Order: sequence, then C-alpha cells, then structure tokens
Amino acid sequence: MAEPLLQVDDLAVHFLVGSALKGGIRTLKAVDGVRLDVKPGECLGLVGESGCGKSTLALSIMGLVPPTRGRISLGGREISNQDRMERARQVQMVFQDPYASLNPRQTVRRTLADPLSLHGVTSRTERDHRVMDMLTKVGLRPDHADRYPHEFSGGQRQRIGIARALILQPRLVICDEPVSALDVSIRAQIINLLLELKDEMGLAYILISHDLGVVEHVSDRVAVMYLGRIVEQGSWQEIFEDPRHPYTRALIAAIPDPFHRADARVARAKAHGEIASALNPPPGCHFNPRCPMKAERCLVEAPTLEPVADGHRAACHFRDSTG
Amino acid sequence: MSAPLLEVDDLHITLQSDGKVFNAAEQVSFRIGRGEAFGLVGESGCGKSITALAVMGLLRRPLAVGRGRIVLDGEEIQHASAARWRELRGSRVGMIFQEPMTALNPLSPVGRQIAEMFVLHQNASWSEAMDRAEDALRQVQVPSPERRIKDYPHQLSGGMRQRVMIAIALACQPALLIADEPTTALDVTVQAEIIDLMTGLCAAKGTAILMISHDLGLVANMCRRVAVMYAGRIVESQPAEAIFATPRHPYTRGLVDSLPRLGERAKRGRQRLREIAGVVPSITAFPAGCRFNPRCPEATDTCRSTAPQVTRLPDGFVRCHHHG
Amino acid sequence: MKLGANTWVGGSLVGIAIAAAILAPWIALTDPVMDANLMNAELPPSWEFPFGTDAQGRDIYSRIVYGARVSLTVGIVSQICNSLIGVTLGLTAGFWGGWWDDVVSGLTNLMLAIPSLVFALAIMAILGPGLVSLVIALGLTSWSYSCRIARAQVLSLKSQGYVQAARILGYGDLRIMFTQVLPNILGPLIIIATLGMGGAILAEAALSFLGLGIRPPFPSWGSMLSEARDQIRTAPWLSVFPGLAIFFTVLGLNLLGDGLRDILDPQATTRRA
Repeated sequence: MAEPLLQVDDLAVHFLVGSALKGGIRTLKAVDGVRLDVKPGECLGLVGESGCGKSTLALSIMGLVPPTRGRISLGGREISNQDRMERARQVQMVFQDPYASLNPRQTVRRTLADPLSLHGVTSRTERDHRVMDMLTKVGLRPDHADRYPHEFSGGQRQRIGIARALILQPRLVICDEPVSALDVSIRAQIINLLLELKDEMGLAYILISHDLGVVEHVSDRVAVMYLGRIVEQGSWQEIFEDPRHPYTRALIAAIPDPFHRADARVARAKAHGEIASALNPPPGCHFNPRCPMKAERCLVEAPTLEPVADGHRAACHFRDSTG
Repeated sequence: MSAPLLEVDDLHITLQSDGKVFNAAEQVSFRIGRGEAFGLVGESGCGKSITALAVMGLLRRPLAVGRGRIVLDGEEIQHASAARWRELRGSRVGMIFQEPMTALNPLSPVGRQIAEMFVLHQNASWSEAMDRAEDALRQVQVPSPERRIKDYPHQLSGGMRQRVMIAIALACQPALLIADEPTTALDVTVQAEIIDLMTGLCAAKGTAILMISHDLGLVANMCRRVAVMYAGRIVESQPAEAIFATPRHPYTRGLVDSLPRLGERAKRGRQRLREIAGVVPSITAFPAGCRFNPRCPEATDTCRSTAPQVTRLPDGFVRCHHHG
Repeated sequence: MKLGANTWVGGSLVGIAIAAAILAPWIALTDPVMDANLMNAELPPSWEFPFGTDAQGRDIYSRIVYGARVSLTVGIVSQICNSLIGVTLGLTAGFWGGWWDDVVSGLTNLMLAIPSLVFALAIMAILGPGLVSLVIALGLTSWSYSCRIARAQVLSLKSQGYVQAARILGYGDLRIMFTQVLPNILGPLIIIATLGMGGAILAEAALSFLGLGIRPPFPSWGSMLSEARDQIRTAPWLSVFPGLAIFFTVLGLNLLGDGLRDILDPQATTRRA
C-alpha cells in the first residue's frame, strides 16, 4: 500500500472572535479535529456547505493559516518544518474565481515564469520552454503568453490558473470550486482538462466542491464535512450508493433529479432548517436540529467517526442502518 | 384551453452601447398558463434575466423593449405607464432575486417590508398589515415569526432572507411570481427547501411561476415546461421530461451531455464528459446565422449564414436547421 | 503605444517648465538677482523686458525662468519624498496589520489633524529658511494622504486570489508587496502624487510669503507672487506672470498624472483576444 502523500492528523483551527467589551470573546472552531490522508495520484473529494470548514482546511494544508492543534505532513515531513519554498513545490492551489485570481498587470508569461525564476530556474530559455510547454498542456496557444488576463474569457483564465498551479510540478493540487464560477457550457472542458492533467502528471487532487455531480465524477474517495468535522468518509461508490450519515443523504436528496421528480424516499431524506453557526454549534451531534432521524441520544452524545466497512466511516449513532 | 396568464410574443430587447444598437434578446415567445410553473434556462448573456425584467417593466437605459408584445391577463403591458406598473408590481406580478441582501432594505425591519405590500396595494392599516406580515412569515416557515418581524435583514441567514423575499413577493397573492436565480447563492440543502417552499406555496395559491436559472436540472425538476435560451434567442421549448430525455437542439443536448449526473459513473464507469467547444458569445459580437454555429458539431454553411426558423413540436418548438 | 491627449498636453507643459529650469542660464535675458536697476522699476511688458520689471527693476521673465528651478525642485522632490514615506508606511501597514498597522494609523490620524502649513512652519522654524529646508519641510508634511490611500487599496487587494497564489508559490512578503500589490495600486497614488506636486508649489508660495521660504533676492514663483500682492491693481504683470507660470505647471502635472495612470493600466490600451 502506497505511503500517503498528505497526512492530516487531528487538525483543529480555532479563531477567536468578538471582543471582551461586546458580548465576550468566543471561539470559532472552523476545523474541529479532522483526520484524513491522500495517496499519490488519488483524488479526494471534499464536500460540504457554508461553515463546514473545507476552505479553512485547505488554507491550513497550504500553510496559509496556522493550525491550533494537530499535524499536517506532506511527503512524510511535517509542513511546519518545511519552509514556504519547499512547500510551494509540493502543494499548489487552483482558485474559484478566475477573474480575481490572476494579477491584471502581468502578462501570462510573467505569471508563469516568475515562480520558476524564484525557485532557481535561472536559464531564460529553459523558463520559456517550460512556460510554452505548460500553456500547450492546458489547451492555450503560444501566442497567448504575451497577453494580459483581461483579454481572456473566464474559462481561459481558469486554464491559466491551472497552468500556474502546475508550473512548479507539485505533487498535490487543491482545487477549490474550480468550475462553479464558470459558464455551464464550458465546465466540462475544465473538468476533462483536470482529469487529463492528473493522469499525465501523476498528480493527487483535493477537489472542494458543492456540486455533487462533479465530485462523484472526479473523485476516488470522498469526505463529507459539517461544521468543522468530517461526518462521513469512504470511496465514491460507498458515499454515493450507500451513504450512512443523514447529512450525506440530505445532500444527495437535495440535488434535483429530473427523472425522479416526486420520490418519497428522497423527500424523507431531506434536511430541515438552516445550517447552524460554527460559533455556537448545537450540543451532542452537530447535525441534530436538522436531522430527520434525530433521537434522544443525538442531543447529548456526539458520535465519533467509526468504520461501517473497510475504509468507509461515518459519525452517526445510526450508521449501521441503511436509508 | 383557457387563455394563458402571460403571453410573450416576438419580444425584442435592444441594448444601446457606444452609439450602436444591439439586440440583446430577439423573437422571444412563450406562454404561461394560470398556476403553471415555467422555466427559462440559459447561461450568462443569453437574455433570460432581461426578459424577466421586461415582464416586470424594470428595463432601464441602455436596455429597452423594441418590438413585440407582453400580454398579462389580456392586458398589453410592454409599454405600460409607470403608474400602471406600480399598480401591477406586487399585486399582480411578484419578483424574487438572487441576492436577497441587496433586494431587501437594510434599514427597515423585515416585518415592515412585508407589511408595506398590504398597505400599498390593499389599503390596509399599518397594524392590520403587521399582523398579516407575521402570518406571511409563518407561511414561509420562518420559526418564531412574532419575534422575526422586528429583525433587520442582516440579522437573518441567507435562507431566511430568501424566505422573507418570497413572503413579500406573494403577500398580495399575485397571479405570477418571477424568480430570477433565487437559490444560486444558497447552500444546496437550503436550496432544496426553498424550492419546495416556493412550489408548495404557489400551488396552494394558484400562482404561476416563471423560474429563471442556469441550472437545467433544477428547472426541469420543478417546472412543467422549460425553454432554453442561447445568445438572446429561445432555441428550444419543451415539456420538462422531454428536455432532459430527448433534447432536440444541439445546445441543449450539449448541456445535458456535458454535465456529470449523479449515478452515471456507477452505471457506465467514468466517461470523458462531452464538451461543448468554444465560448459563450458576448452581446456585441453575436455570430451571424444561427448563433450557436461556431460551437455546433453539426454546423453547415446554411447555419453560418441564415438564422433558423421555428419548428413547432407537439408541446413546444425548436429553432434549428437540422433538428427542426 | 497610443498616448492620449492628457499625456501630450501635460507632458508638454511640464516639459517646458523643466526645460526652462535646466536652460535658465542660457535663455534668461539678465541675471535675476544682480541686474537690478531702480530706474527700471515696475515697467510694463516691452521688447526689452518681455514680462515687465518688478519693484527692484529686475526682469520678470528672467526671474520666472530661474524661479522654475525652485518651484520644480520643491514640487517634485518634496512630493517624491511624501510618496515614498506614505506608500511604504501604508503598504506595510495594510499588508502586515497588527500592531504596526495600529502605529501607522495613529500617526496618520495625528498628521491629518495637524494643519500641514503649521507643521511645515514649525520645521522651517527649526531648520531656518532656504531651499533645502523647504524641501525637507514639505516632504514631511503630506505623506498621510498617500499612506491612507495605499493602505485602503492594500486591504482590498489582500484577499484577491493572485495575492494568495503568490504566497502559495513561495513569494515572500516583500516580494508580494512590491511585485503583486504595488503595481495594482499605482493609479490613485500617481494622481495623488501629481496633485501633491501642485500643492507643494502652492505651499512654497505661502511659505515664501511668510518669509520662511526662499528669501529675497533669490527668485521663486511663490515669493514673486507674494511680493506683488500690493501692486495687483497698479502693476498687474508683477503677479500675472508668476501666477500663470504656477497655473500652467500645476495643470501640466495633473494632466500628466492622468495620462501616466492610463498608460500604466494594460486594460486601457488593449482589446480582448
């Protein structure tokens, strides 16, 4: 079994919000005890809604937000021991908004070549060569190199963003909602591109998305987060065909399916009410106010992430009942 | 068959830019029956939102209604006066938008914003209106409505604000509710609830819905009929099941094929998604002939030179040289 | 690259002023200080004295030409000083936040509360009159505007994807500040700088009037203006020509600033691919 590329162990990221004068200082537990790993070449889908902590988790892995507790290891070494240059060569990120993620005053060439120069590629010809190579890989033309971001469409800008993420040849790429800001008719282009590049360059991905269709299509394994915790984890088949946590079922039930319009089973699985605030999570199981299966035990005792099958884990007292 | 509630007939919407006039929407025609849910689907720049604005009389410069008619319950309203529009909006046509935070007045408690509808359109007194506002909040399933009526918009979550918007829009029992991307900014589980709420309330009150979205699956799931717009024209209009199962226009087909659907990978393994080549054209540079031709795998010379005519289908139409 | 009208007109006006300053010894008609002949006092413009003479009988045209050296030096150098201080403080305060931001913001508020002229006066009082003191004093008084603007711009840019991306790619803080953030906030800063240059030239006039700037008999546009105060009715050419010189130079600087800002913005000059 391959050594994991990324290992996250009991990670917690807490923020202090508020002030002593106005209602007191409270702790926002954005990420509250997360354990997961990603193997080389694997795609992990990270699913969840607002306040679940997936973005904070991603920023922690990138080294942009320091953890309050826990360890993150990349390629066997803890990231707190790696300097930012070393980390940059291991893990990179593709951002959600293609209109804000490129420096408007830099040409494409400069956006791609500068990092190379920063990381020691001193020869100008080699930098040019690698820039052109990467542009072709992401489906752009050599003459695009000397243009500015505003001359490109949203889809093309996202391709440039992907090129920038891959120019240092990282081993892990975190894709944060890579297609949700793009027009619907071009999403397939970018999804196909990401999959091709993954195979071609042997990359591992963490795909963060709220679009379950995309997650199911691209991921090998999936983790579902709610209010800072992972509530279910498993292979894509296990998560989508045999979900064991009511929240996972609620997410799947929420997807409008034009072929099964008034399915009673679907209706029963839906969640009620609003997502609670991470500042003030409900006691016991965080999901209990919205859970269609809520029982007395759920109000008091927070369930832990326990195996349902080999590799498939769920944090629910009723994890062994199916649907 | 009874007369439709809303009939849009050959509507053209013009855009003035840099001294030139562009057709932002052309030949838009559709009908919505009483109490019917109708969906208008398309991407950015396709014209769906400005069509909705036209039906509400909210087009402002540089946009304007060119040719065509909008008939609401037998009355032609495309050039109605501002006073007539003020009467119609809220009482006959309600609208909810994507961003409730910008659509609600941040300085006014939500109860008061709902109550305003009763005061303006039904001559209610303020105290009576506030009671009815509390009732309206109850109908949209806001918990503890007697306390919520005093809340300001920023004190509510996104889903709650959208419920308030629905309450305002439906307060005076309009005949038509126009919903422009009402759930795009919401989380998925909340989205499902809001859609259920909307369709439930409208069914109970007999209100028709014009649902506008870029999400074909969402619209096909809640509407009886769906029209797909591309680059200012309606390219296909069919009953919801048919749009997904047997799409006729290459654009619709491309959309249906290109998006990964839940359950597909389990059935057929991971297939490469069928891409639609190219990019969505901008209003100032619409292609000649059929506007989809640069991206269509079946485009011929006719497609590049002549705009396709409408071919009638049993319950709808399609606009294509090859599949008409 | 197509240059707009702003750049041409502004550039020409400023160019003329700079040329006058540099070429003064060659294009002036007389020595601006020594050639004073009371017999020629307050003569209106003529062939011999194109702009007339002042109360001491000195040729105004020559004094204006030499005066350009003072005004431009004061205006440009002091404003560059202001911008450097302001932008550095604002950029770092916005980017790093924390206690440094608190310190800088406090300082900025303090500076904004003190009338700048009073502050400049205080410094001049310590340093004594003269060109160098003038430049130092004016260079230390108005950095708060560019600081405020720079800080606000940085705060709004900090969360932009490309700044985060630069971090992730291994860029250090300083590199990010100067290669990613600074080029994107230049627009308003250039405008402030050129406006400030005009303001400094006008401030020089005020200070010279108060006797703390350029001491007579050396010429500066500001001191010429203030000396001519009492003769506006009787000998208007004494104030009109220095006034026009200040007017056109400041105008030129403002237009040039606009033009520069447009040149530096790639979106203003290229179309979509």
